[in-house]
Order: sequence, then C-alpha cells, then structure tokens
Amino acid sequence: MSKTELISVSLTLNGEHRSIEIAPQERLLDTLRYRLGLTGSKEGCGEGECGACTVYIDGLPANACLVLTVQVRGRALETIESVQVDDLGSMHVSGATQCGACTPGVVMTACWIKRHPELAKTHTLRELMAGNLCRCTGYDGIIEGIAGTDCAS
Amino acid sequence: MLVQEPNSIPLAGATDVLVHWPAHLDAHAKTYLDLSGLDDLRHISWNQEALTLGARTTYWDVIQDEQCHQEFPLLQHAARQVGAVQIQSRGTWAGNIVNASPAADGVPVLMAYDAVVVLQSTAGTEEVPLNEFYMGYKQMRRRTDQLVVAIRLPRRSYAVQVFEKVGARRAQAITKVGLAMTRSSVGWRVVASAVAPTIRRCPSVERLLEQDAPVCSPDDLAEAFATDTQPIDDIRSTSAYRARVLARVAFHALQSQAPGRS
Ligand SMILES: Cc1cc2nc3c(=O)[nH]c(=O)nc-3n(C[C@H](O)[C@H](O)[C@H](O)COP(=O)(O)OP(=O)(O)OC[C@H]3O[C@@H](n4cnc5c(N)ncnc54)[C@H](O)[C@@H]3O)c2cc1C
Ligand code: FES
Ligand code: FES
Repeated sequence: MSKTELISVSLTLNGEHRSIEIAPQERLLDTLRYRLGLTGSKEGCGEGECGACTVYIDGLPANACLVLTVQVRGRALETIESVQVDDLGSMHVSGATQCGACTPGVVMTACWIKRHPELAKTHTLRELMAGNLCRCTGYDGIIEGIAGTDCAS
Repeated sequence: MLVQEPNSIPLAGATDVLVHWPAHLDAHAKTYLDLSGLDDLRHISWNQEALTLGARTTYWDVIQDEQCHQEFPLLQHAARQVGAVQIQSRGTWAGNIVNASPAADGVPVLMAYDAVVVLQSTAGTEEVPLNEFYMGYKQMRRRTDQLVVAIRLPRRSYAVQVFEKVGARRAQAITKVGLAMTRSSVGWRVVASAVAPTIRRCPSVERLLEQDAPVCSPDDLAEAFATDTQPIDDIRSTSAYRARVLARVAFHALQSQAPGRS
C-alpha cells in the first residue's frame, strides 16, 4: 500500500453515523484530533499510561493513543465532546481540575463510573481512576468530585 | 490471511504493539493483521471439563464474569492488576501470552491453572500446554502462520490459590516479582514471573511442597527458588531483592492459605 492511500472506515461517533477516510496505520487519537478536529482528547504520554486520551469504545473506556482507527470500524465511539455540562456533577467545584491537561480523560472515566453504579459493589473509585494520571490535584479533589456526582443517578 | 502473509503480526487489543508506534507508514516494514472484526474469538465458554477463553477475550470480560470469579478467582485477581481499566478493556489474555514478557501478569495465573494454548493455521489445530510454550526470552512454540484461537483451563477444585504481584506502587506498575500458586488433586503449581527470561514453573519448589517438608521461614524456600529461577538486575530491581522477595512472598502466602505447611 502506498503512503498516501487512504481507506474508508464507518463507525458511530458520538451517536452519529460517520464514514471517514484515514491512513491504515493511523492511531485513533490522531484521527480524532487532526482529521476530525475533535481536540478534546489530549495526548499526554502516547503510551497508555496517563489516560488523557480516554474515549469509550462500545461503552468501555480505552486509550485512543493505543488503538488504530481501523480497529473501531463498525463500533460505537464516544469522545469528551459528547459530554454535557450537567454530567460533571460537582467535579467543577471540588478542585478536580487545575491545569486541565488530564481533565478530559478524568471526566470520561468519571462519567463512565457514573453510568455504571454497579461497579461500586466491586471496585473503589481510586482503582477505577488509576488509569488517569494528574500532576496537579493530588487526586483528592477528583475523587471527591466523582463521589459527589451521585453515582446512583 | 496468515497463509498469504505468514510473517504478519496479529493485532488484538494493541496495548503492547501500539506503544512506540511510528506515525509514518514507511517506518512500518511489517504487515499487521487486525483481529478486531473477529467477534467469534471473543467468548468465555464452559463445558464439563474446561473453561475456554477466546483469543480476543479481554481482562475486563473476565473481571465482569461471575462464574470465572467463582471457579478461577486468580484470573480476576491478576486482571485487576493489569494496567488500569483503559488497558483491561482492550488487552487480551492471548496478547499477554504471545507478547511473552517475563513480567506479564496474565500468564502466571493461567500457567498455575494448567492452561493450554490452542493454535490454529490452515495446516490444522495444535495444542501446547502454556507451561511448555516458552523456550527462551520471547521465544515460543508458535509458528508465524499460527494464530492463538483459544486458551483452555481444566476445571478442578483448588485448596490453595495465590497470586501476588510486587510492583513499585499499587496501580499501573510493571511487576518486579510475581508469584502464582495453586494446589489441586494434580498437585502443586508454583509459577514465578520477572525472575527468569520467561515466566516458568518452579519444579524444585513444587517438589518440596509435595514432600510435605516443613517450611518454617522464607529461607526454607529460598534454595529451591534459587534452583528454579535466574533473577537479574535491571532498572526496576536487583537480583538479590527479587530472590529475597520471591521467597518471602511465597512463605507468607503459604502461611495464610496453607497454614499446616508452616
Ligand atoms: C499502560 C500499560 C500498562 C500495562 N500494564 C500491564 C500489566 O500490569 N501487566 C501485564 O501483564 N501487562 C501490562 N501491559 C501490557 C499489555 O496490556 C498486555 O500484555 C496485554 O495482555 C496485551 O494484549 P493485547 O490484546 O493488547 O495485545 P496486542 O498488543 O494486540 O498484541 C501483543 C502481542 O501478541 C500478539 N498476538 C495478539 N493476539 C494474538 C493471537 N490471537 N494470536 C497470535 N498472536 C497474537 C501480537 O502480534 C503481539 O505480538 C500494559 C500495557 C500498557 C500500555
Ligand atoms: S496519551 Fe493516551 S494514555 Fe497518555
Ligand atoms: S489538573 Fe493538571 S494534570 Fe490534572
């Protein structure tokens, strides 16, 4: 395959059916940021450690820096751009964010936890949030913000 | 596909392969075979004798499965210590096996449960006990035209089940020393990780436990572990630390799970 040859991939992006032209070796994070202009997902480490690029693939959190776009063909993809302000609950008053670099990823994982109250039976918030690194807050503000978001709603 | 391109590299969750992924196509001298579309390979199935995990079955699939939790608790125990949710949702057990890291966390528990790797190619199906799968560092009994299609675990009742991972911190850390142990009607299985070029069973330790020799302190296990492993110094730890910790972790696990032994 030559360098410039693009391939077409269909998927559901934030609830909308989309067909996009991408390079076969393209990472999902690059497709989102550079082809689709969805720059909410951040690149912190590019190797799966920090979670700043967290998206949902078929409803589960995944690092967009570790997925090829061809791998989400036919899947349901959701990004931080689909999150509504109301979904944030008390995160914006609890000190859950300072510089903001980690915040899109933190919010994605937090909203996933909120969608799945049954996880509280088996997991602590800290275990579920372990894939989102934050250099600023010391995590307490994040955990308090999520705990205050009424996980049962 | 693997017949046409026998040297192509399968891609499952891509959580190993995509780390340090070059952006430009010309940097990729290889062909990749993406398994994402093969939903038939993603299953957790049971029959009388065995549990079978499909090659695309993820850590999260197993974490969510109540019956796995009941019968093979170490699978969940290990899965929950692989990276974090974002890795568990994509990473597969088969990918963990073929990536062949000496510090992997899925492999030791599978090996302690006597898992069998089911390989398939157009030439047919081949089954290799995980215990015999690795020949050396990143060397394994898998031809490049073979896909792992399933992992099979015999159903048994266990008197002892242990998995311990020692890392720099609790979450998202690479294992410095790992240990999986089981005891069932077929005997003891003691599997150590990050202390040899491959994850492996420790036959001398297993023999010592079979013989009901008294184990009164970590020192009683240290010699047998030393025979079975070759820990190294690297950026994460030293060989002396690894050897010491392995014997201590095993001793304390035995004290809590098989108190008659010590
Ligand atoms: C941030 C981070 C943290 C991690 N933490 C841990 C950890 O704590 N413990 C741990 O053990 N691992 C960890 N890993 C490594 C990785 O997530 C696991 O090894 C995972 O199980 C790999 O599965 P995968 O499906 O993503 O593999 P892939 O990356 O898709 O593939 C890995 C290898 O297996 C081959 N392969 C995959 N499927 C098949 C198949 N069906 N047949 C033949 N070959 C196949 C591929 O060609 C490749 O060589 C971590 C990775 C990251 C990025
Ligand atoms: S950028 Fe993807 S995990 Fe850090
Ligand atoms: S707010 Fe700065 S990294 Fe989290």
